[in-house]
Amino acid sequence: MLKAVASYISYDLLKLDHGSMLGDAVEFFFYDTIKIFLLLTVIIFIVSVIRSYFPPEKTKRILSHKKEFIGNILAALLGIVTPFCSCSAVPLFIGFVEAGVPLGVTFSFLISSPMVNEVAVVLLWGLFGWKIAAIYMGTGLLVAIFAGIIIGKLKLEKWVEEYVYQIKAGQGQEVFNQAFKERLQYAKWNTTDILKRVWLFVILAIGIGGFIHGYVPQDFLVRYAGIGNPFAVPMAVALGVPLYSNAAGVIPIVYALMEKGMSMGTVLAFMMAVTALSLPEMIILRKVLKIPLLAVFVGIMAVTITAVGYLFNAIL
Amino acid sequence: MEIKVLGPGCANCHKMEELAKTAAKELGIDAKIDKVPDIQEIMKYTMSTPGLVVNGKLKHSGKPLPSLEKVTALIREEV
Repeated sequence: MLKAVASYISYDLLKLDHGSMLGDAVEFFFYDTIKIFLLLTVIIFIVSVIRSYFPPEKTKRILSHKKEFIGNILAALLGIVTPFCSCSAVPLFIGFVEAGVPLGVTFSFLISSPMVNEVAVVLLWGLFGWKIAAIYMGTGLLVAIFAGIIIGKLKLEKWVEEYVYQIKAGQGQEVFNQAFKERLQYAKWNTTDILKRVWLFVILAIGIGGFIHGYVPQDFLVRYAGIGNPFAVPMAVALGVPLYSNAAGVIPIVYALMEKGMSMGTVLAFMMAVTALSLPEMIILRKVLKIPLLAVFVGIMAVTITAVGYLFNAIL
Repeated sequence: MEIKVLGPGCANCHKMEELAKTAAKELGIDAKIDKVPDIQEIMKYTMSTPGLVVNGKLKHSGKPLPSLEKVTALIREEV
């Protein structure tokens, strides 16, 4: 069905030659574009409906006074569906701590939320197949759970800015009840909002796959960042820190790197570092965390993400 | 009447302020509209911005922004 549409556009509307390189590239481009946008629309809509049941206020209540470990797992999972952007990281952090969510559990949430979400998973699925998407999601969650547990075990509460503990949230922290129709409206709004923000990156990524394909040698990066170079993973992670982007923004780069021979584990580590470990986010978190805790956080994340990268380079 | 717009200064918070002003004018209310950018103040009400507080009561929080009709209705509830 999609194939037919794509080939109609390429050969009938644009009158390209069957079997020509350009024709193939254009057909591939339209096929992938339609497929990925359909996937994005459907999945973001479904996740948005689920999301409307988990506003931050409710997530906070669920995680409040949870035991560590179980709390970390729950927090990482809730990170997928709870709306989050780094601009709201500070209020979320204060709200969680104030409500008695353990520090390590709060971190599991803060790590998983920007890194593992439906946009990242759908894009990886559409471009590289469901296995890669599942691996990214699974390891992303593991990184969030593991780093959170370590931070919890280290008992670093003293390195949270004092004022955080003095804030008392008012009684106004209610959850507005919504009718199902309102949830659908929210989901529609959220889907259009996200699509508006990511469409250009998605087209860029598919364009790279379809057109630049032929122009740079396939093994261009293999020499520098292939499986043979043991420093490739830490280098990719270090490179990802100053870069800041959401999952959609990093996808064109990820596609290009993968296409040109960078190994899977290295690419996944790079993507995680860009989304979950970034300079602007550190500056925002500095408002609530003292430098030593920030350093511990960055250190644990860098080590864990690097380990994930090595692991996948070894087994994939 | 006291109206507070909660938000650290993002685009949506400015829009929310405009909505509140227009709504108050439409209702013909003499309202004092304050912007609240301070995080500790915001936290007293909500974690999700932009927020709308009318006479000390949280009427809206988070995205998406409500429509002008919705904001007008929310403010009218507190008149």
